[in-house]
Amino acid sequence: MEKGKGVMGSGRRWAVDFTDNSTAPSSRDIPDPPGFTRASIDQDDSALSKQKKDAEANWKSQKAWEVAQAPFKNLMMMGFMMWMAGSTVHLFSIGITFSALWQPISALQGVGKVFEPYKDSKVELLGPKLLFIALNLGGLALGVWKLNTLGLLPTHASDWVSSLPPAQEVEYSGGGIPLH
Amino acid sequence: MATAVRLLVLFLLFLSSPNPILSLYEDQVGLMDWHQQYIGKVRHAVFHTQKTGRKRVVVYTEENVLASLDLRHGEIFWRRVLGTNDAIDGIDIALGKYVITLSSGGSILRAWNLPNGQMVWESSLQGPKHSKALLSVEKGSKSKKYNIVIVLSRGCLHAVSSIDGEVLWKKDFDAQSLEIQQVIQLPGSDFLYVVGFSGSSLFEVYQINAKNGEMLKHEIASFSGDFSGELSLVSSEMLVALDATGSSLITISFHSEQISFQQAYISHLVEGFSGPAMMLPSPVTGIFAVKINTVTVFIEVTDKGKLEVLDKTEQPTVISDALSFSETQQAFALVQHEGNKIHFIVKLADNWGSNLLKETIELDQQRGLVHKVFIHNYIRTDRSHGFRALVVMEDHSLLLLQQGAVVWSREDGLASIVDVTTSELPVYKEGALVAKVEHNLFEWLKGHWLKLKGTLMLASPEDVAAIQRIRLKSSEKSKMTRDHNGFRKFLIVLTRGGKLFALHTGDGQIVWSVLLHSLRYSDRCQHPMGVNLYQWQVPHHRAMDENPSVLIVGRCGQRSDAQGVISFVDTYTGRELRSFGLVHSIAQVIPLPFTDSTEQCLHLIIDADKHAHLYPKTPEAVGIFQSELSKVYWYSVEADNGIIRGYGLKSGCVGKEAGEDCFDTRELWSVVFPSESEKIIATVTRKPNEVVHTQAKVVADQDVMYKYLSKNLLFVATVAPKASGEIGSATLEESWLIVYLIDTVTGRILHRMSHHGSHGPVHAVFSENWVVYHYFNLRAHRYEMSVIEIYDQSRAENKDVWKLVLGKHNLTLPISLYSRAEAMTKSQSYFITHSVKTMAVTLTAKGITSKQLLIGTIGDQVLALDKRFLDPRRTVNPSQAEREEGIIPLTDTLPIIPQSYITHALKVEGLREIVIVPAKLESTTLVFAHGVDLFFTRLAPSKTYDSLTEDFSYALLLLTIVALVAAIFVTWVLSERKDLQEKWR
Repeated sequence: MEKGKGVMGSGRRWAVDFTDNSTAPSSRDIPDPPGFTRASIDQDDSALSKQKKDAEANWKSQKAWEVAQAPFKNLMMMGFMMWMAGSTVHLFSIGITFSALWQPISALQGVGKVFEPYKDSKVELLGPKLLFIALNLGGLALGVWKLNTLGLLPTHASDWVSSLPPAQEVEYSGGGIPLH
Repeated sequence: MATAVRLLVLFLLFLSSPNPILSLYEDQVGLMDWHQQYIGKVRHAVFHTQKTGRKRVVVYTEENVLASLDLRHGEIFWRRVLGTNDAIDGIDIALGKYVITLSSGGSILRAWNLPNGQMVWESSLQGPKHSKALLSVEKGSKSKKYNIVIVLSRGCLHAVSSIDGEVLWKKDFDAQSLEIQQVIQLPGSDFLYVVGFSGSSLFEVYQINAKNGEMLKHEIASFSGDFSGELSLVSSEMLVALDATGSSLITISFHSEQISFQQAYISHLVEGFSGPAMMLPSPVTGIFAVKINTVTVFIEVTDKGKLEVLDKTEQPTVISDALSFSETQQAFALVQHEGNKIHFIVKLADNWGSNLLKETIELDQQRGLVHKVFIHNYIRTDRSHGFRALVVMEDHSLLLLQQGAVVWSREDGLASIVDVTTSELPVYKEGALVAKVEHNLFEWLKGHWLKLKGTLMLASPEDVAAIQRIRLKSSEKSKMTRDHNGFRKFLIVLTRGGKLFALHTGDGQIVWSVLLHSLRYSDRCQHPMGVNLYQWQVPHHRAMDENPSVLIVGRCGQRSDAQGVISFVDTYTGRELRSFGLVHSIAQVIPLPFTDSTEQCLHLIIDADKHAHLYPKTPEAVGIFQSELSKVYWYSVEADNGIIRGYGLKSGCVGKEAGEDCFDTRELWSVVFPSESEKIIATVTRKPNEVVHTQAKVVADQDVMYKYLSKNLLFVATVAPKASGEIGSATLEESWLIVYLIDTVTGRILHRMSHHGSHGPVHAVFSENWVVYHYFNLRAHRYEMSVIEIYDQSRAENKDVWKLVLGKHNLTLPISLYSRAEAMTKSQSYFITHSVKTMAVTLTAKGITSKQLLIGTIGDQVLALDKRFLDPRRTVNPSQAEREEGIIPLTDTLPIIPQSYITHALKVEGLREIVIVPAKLESTTLVFAHGVDLFFTRLAPSKTYDSLTEDFSYALLLLTIVALVAAIFVTWVLSERKDLQEKWR
């Protein structure tokens, strides 16, 4: 690898420098063509970029809302899958339920990352974030509800007493038919 | 946690098929089970006299087994087990090819084919009264083809043809008040002499023609004194009887015209005579033996009826019957003890002075005295006569002596096991007794290689055979150290012969055996008998270095006030640690749930006067017990009176100079069953060592029911007194069965249920909160099994989740039975096709695994039946939730699945009891069934969910791992190379 890199480095025969230093006055060997004013372009540029930035912010916030609403589709799909899985405990229903639980949790962990691309000083991300969180929490609730319908949540008395050891008895009695 | 358990259980349910069939593959037989065949203590042996070259002996035993044994190795050729109510009275060989047996008090005569034991004919002999049963087969000379079997049964004399069992003639002695003592058939004559006593002083002789049963002569003679009833034939015309006081002998000459008596006082014959004498059977013509205390006296009767003492010996002596080994000669054998040696002496009948043969054999001390000897002769290669003897020992074992050595021995004491307990094996440590069964690395590797070949289906037939051999002889299972799973244990077994055996659960080998000194005949203890075994010391953490020991309880005689005997035996070495003959009797032994500082279990022994004696008799034990005194109760079931009484204890015995370890009892309650309508026929309690995992039962829809778990519950079954006999003895209206659940602390009846038209016998098991019992339903003419489950209604309110989460409940607090919990029962009945000999239920270490009932069927097999079939919540159409819970749709009959016989193709002849011992591995339980045969196996009622199966191939696993690692390495190298090539491109 090192060798290859070395060959590549020292084997350069020619290069083109694309650096545009035309704006720098000192390097203006060639005078501007007549009727060309450099300043106006600069001005136009700034106006344009501002417009562009606005559009971008708009686009970003729109996208952010879209992203925030994405879990809803997921939710619907999950709901369908759960309905398909039925309420008996078997491998399929357990898998579905755990994925239904895992997806919102992992999504919630990565809230910052999901909205990273749309981060902007002008974009208000709190709304989409809240929606996103709310929807994911909804998904989580759905998962928990499914878990409960499967009977895997300790919400019944039976879950808490099923391993209770028998109570000790105070008295002891022995005997029976006399030996013969 | 609970959820996890639930998940696991559900997962297991998911894994296990809906019908829990426990079956073995053919090649798994003998892998974890073993089966041993015995016959019991031999009562009589008959050697084959035919010169067929087949060296066999036919014996019958106290266990009512008729068997043909190989004389070379002592193996059983064939065996027929007659039931306990079909006791054999006599056997003989007829026609040289049939074994004739007389059984059931002389009412059944059967002929069995000698080579294979098939029954040839059977005839039932009727008679008016019960009497001595005698069998004699005409040993007439070969020229006269008689083939008659003379049978005395039920006061009648029958002549039966030995060819087809037809009764040729019958002579009734019913009219006379005659007690027939002997039927004498003189060789070469057609006459039979029937001799007996009528009343205590009349002697009667009948002469009967053997061909047609015609009575030829009848004579009665009166004797001035009383007869004791013992009679011995000493010659063709002379009998010797003992008088009622046992102090004089009467020679009776009955052949001549007039019966004549001659009385001789034993004190005149034997110097220093004291105490009553006993007659021993006469070995040969002219000689008889009398036993006076420990002295055996041989007396010769001269022609004129004079008695002369030939010999007397202090040593325990046993005499065999006479054996005619050539045309003219008769011989008999004597076996005399001398220290730990025995002398085997063969004498000619007419020459007392010299010995034909005298051999001295050293015997194992643990076999005790010789009880019986049977001799047989054979022709040596140099055409001289050799003798071999079959010897029955005090511990019921059977030995064959030949040429001064024990050729083989059979431990037939194991056919009559009285009680069983278990003991752990020693923990492995340097210097501990470990059998030399470990093999070297090469063999281990070879074994695994073979196994691997088997798994990959590369094995040749020879390899398969080798694999099976290795599996069966796995050294793992017969090691002498404790194993991790608790499969290896000692079965400590007490036999009726008073011998204690330790059997290894791995392969059934006898690790040690000890003839208990305290359970042997002595002057103080005339009829000792072992009764029960208890765990005495079970070392855990506190006294790890102590060896475990067992407590053996016995008594001198059948009566309830007979003196008790207790003994302690170390279970590692089989040494009798100490023993005492107690001053008090033993009516009950109650193992208490307390131990002292050396882990000795406290036991309470109740005597016939209802005083309680605490063992061990140490101040420490008394101190422990005193502090718990107010909480200990005991009860007694008086089945004859129909009363159950409960008692409390108080310290100090009134009117006795006993120490602090004696406690008085006071009656607290009694349950009296009306004697005209109820009779107690069965009681059962929970096993004291049973562990219950949980008190709650989760039913469908996550509901909870609390089990009524009390160790102090007694199940009692009573029947109408008329219906207590055999099935069919009472009509439908007259028979009923009533079952009770009684609290033995307070005497409270928790549940009572009656089954009208039902009949005993009742067999029951009690486990956790349920009882299952088996009885006969007269209405349906079928056997029935019922289940009662009992639940605690007063706990049912504990259903608030938050209280349970926070632990604010009283479910685990100790409860008193005086708090009168409300009990609720559920029950259901089912038909079952089998009649039952015994029943048991599986026990596991933690009580998590589901339960199975083990039913000892009438065919001497053990059938495993899942408890789920006996669930009172079964309905015809269970709901989805109930189905999920594992409730089986209700059927009227319990299914008998042929694969669930745990004894598979074997039979445990004469099955008496099934003993269950939990292994350390939760899924597994050890089953030991005993009767005449022994059978042991391991059982996993919910399959072995907590361990890999026996035939799991570790080699295959290892190989897979190695292959995977190699594959990873190879692919890594390959990918590196490819990468490099990619870069060079």
